[in-house]
Amino acid sequence: MAVYRRNYKPYTGALTPAWSRWLILFRYSRRDLFRSKFLTALFVACFFYPVMCLLMIYLAHSASFLQEVGLPRGIISIDNRFFFHFMSTQGVFAFLLTAFTGPGLISPDLANGALPLYFCRPFSRAEYVLGKSSVLAILLSQITWVPGLILFVMQASLAGASWTWSNLWIAGSLFVSSVIWIAILSLLAMALSAWVKWRIVAGALLLGVMFFGAGFGQAINAVMRTESGNFFNLAYLMGTVWNALFQVDVEHAIPVVQAWVALLVYCTICLGLLMRKVRAYEVIR
Amino acid sequence: MSTTTQLGVAAVASTTTPAVASTLPLPLIDMQGLSVRFGNRDILCGLTASLRGNSIGLLGPNGAGKSTLINTLLGFYKSSAGSARVFGYDVGTQIAKIRGLVGYMPENDAFISKMSAVSFVQMMGELSGLPAEMALERAHEALFYVGLAEARYRPLGTYSLGMKQLAKLAQAIVHGPKLLILDEPTNGLDPSARQRMIRMIRDIRDGKEMRIVLCSHLLRDVEDTCDEVLILKQGRIAHYSNLDEERRANKRFLELETYGANGDFTEAIEKLGCECAVTANRMKMILADGVETRDIFRLAAERQVRIRRMNFRRDTLEDIFLKAMES
Repeated sequence: MAVYRRNYKPYTGALTPAWSRWLILFRYSRRDLFRSKFLTALFVACFFYPVMCLLMIYLAHSASFLQEVGLPRGIISIDNRFFFHFMSTQGVFAFLLTAFTGPGLISPDLANGALPLYFCRPFSRAEYVLGKSSVLAILLSQITWVPGLILFVMQASLAGASWTWSNLWIAGSLFVSSVIWIAILSLLAMALSAWVKWRIVAGALLLGVMFFGAGFGQAINAVMRTESGNFFNLAYLMGTVWNALFQVDVEHAIPVVQAWVALLVYCTICLGLLMRKVRAYEVIR
Repeated sequence: MSTTTQLGVAAVASTTTPAVASTLPLPLIDMQGLSVRFGNRDILCGLTASLRGNSIGLLGPNGAGKSTLINTLLGFYKSSAGSARVFGYDVGTQIAKIRGLVGYMPENDAFISKMSAVSFVQMMGELSGLPAEMALERAHEALFYVGLAEARYRPLGTYSLGMKQLAKLAQAIVHGPKLLILDEPTNGLDPSARQRMIRMIRDIRDGKEMRIVLCSHLLRDVEDTCDEVLILKQGRIAHYSNLDEERRANKRFLELETYGANGDFTEAIEKLGCECAVTANRMKMILADGVETRDIFRLAAERQVRIRRMNFRRDTLEDIFLKAMES
């Protein structure tokens, strides 16, 4: 007869460093994300435009091909506008990806009451938010500034050193504009999912904030004959900042500095909402 | 052939926690005027106690502050006054160290429904500081230990209530904590599942590797598993006692089942100064000071009364609890 004897003995092995624990959450959350085939398909679709851009850069420097198809040299210009369009397109994809993935990061933990299990361990709320947001940050980085910089390097290698030195600021703009967009999308998605605790509703709410926010802003502008309604339009604010970063000459209804401040305020509000909800237990006063 | 499954206790105990290395003189939980206030409501009012038992029961009616006390000790709630220490570490300033030593099984549903039990327990082990491979190994062991071996690859969302409770217990012990905090562990369990849970808690207690704080409003659960009890009432300590000592102090109440007893035997006992109550062939008595059981046997022998059974009627936890509530 088998004898199952189970007892406890001290564990004397080494513990993992405390600073690295947020990576555990990142690893598990990311694994969960890619179980969805739809999401994997959407993620793959996000690379179509960067691949197209890559081809365009190659063709722009392929004089023989242009000559063959009868196109004049210089018809495809790789400049700040090219990268601005790249960023705008990938920004839309980043938003779609966030709408599908972001709400599923925190809401299941809240709905199932799992937060006390995280926070009864040597693991803080800040580490939790960092771990969860890093999933989105890395996912969105893979479709924004990482391919953006690859395109830039490709263009730099084909165009030569003089182009590179005179346009090096574009690489910085690509990175900064991506980081701001990623920060806003991540914080907004997580804050909304923390408040409604229901994944589908949180996704819908994220779409609502973007589209209804824009509509609401336009309504305010029309009714009050002002431009202040644009502060409710996140896409407009982001567009204003991106235009400035990529030095694209477009007239803006609100100054760039105010757009920066507004985005910062949005981030702070989202962070505040998140820290208010991400607790082991909610205190009802 | 024998199979041994061993589940270890966290490394933190042996290497990084000097306070635990010398646990003996230190109380497990030390509270000095601990108060917790939510808005205008006082939830805990000036709790002062040093809890040293291996297995401590937190008792009290609903709303007495049991769960609030646990949540405060885990750093989930801030104290409004006073201080508390767990293993000598201050709850306000050294909460990470405390959390490294504690395993917590919350009262309510707490799981990630899409995850399999083994992934869930592994992740919790990793978050407690175990390396990934070790956490996986111990997750399997913990799930075997609590009796979920067959169901460990199933998503937690498909578990029954009893299985979810066991999964919560598994995640609480996977990293081998020094202190296991169980908040209403038998909530919603059917009688047989409750028995299994109680047996497991007793097994953990008897293993002596972990100390237990069990919070419950079910007296039977606490009586079955704890050696000390802290009774809370309206956020205050109503009673704190060692159950064994309490029972020893109440050995004056005797129940006898006799054969051949008559009024003479009862009279003789009453002459010793004992209070007696007789129903058919059963007698209940309170022994007077200085009277021992051998005196009862002597009187029975003199009158040829056969004593078939003699029991000390101990104070049950219910008696202790009711006394505390009345006081």
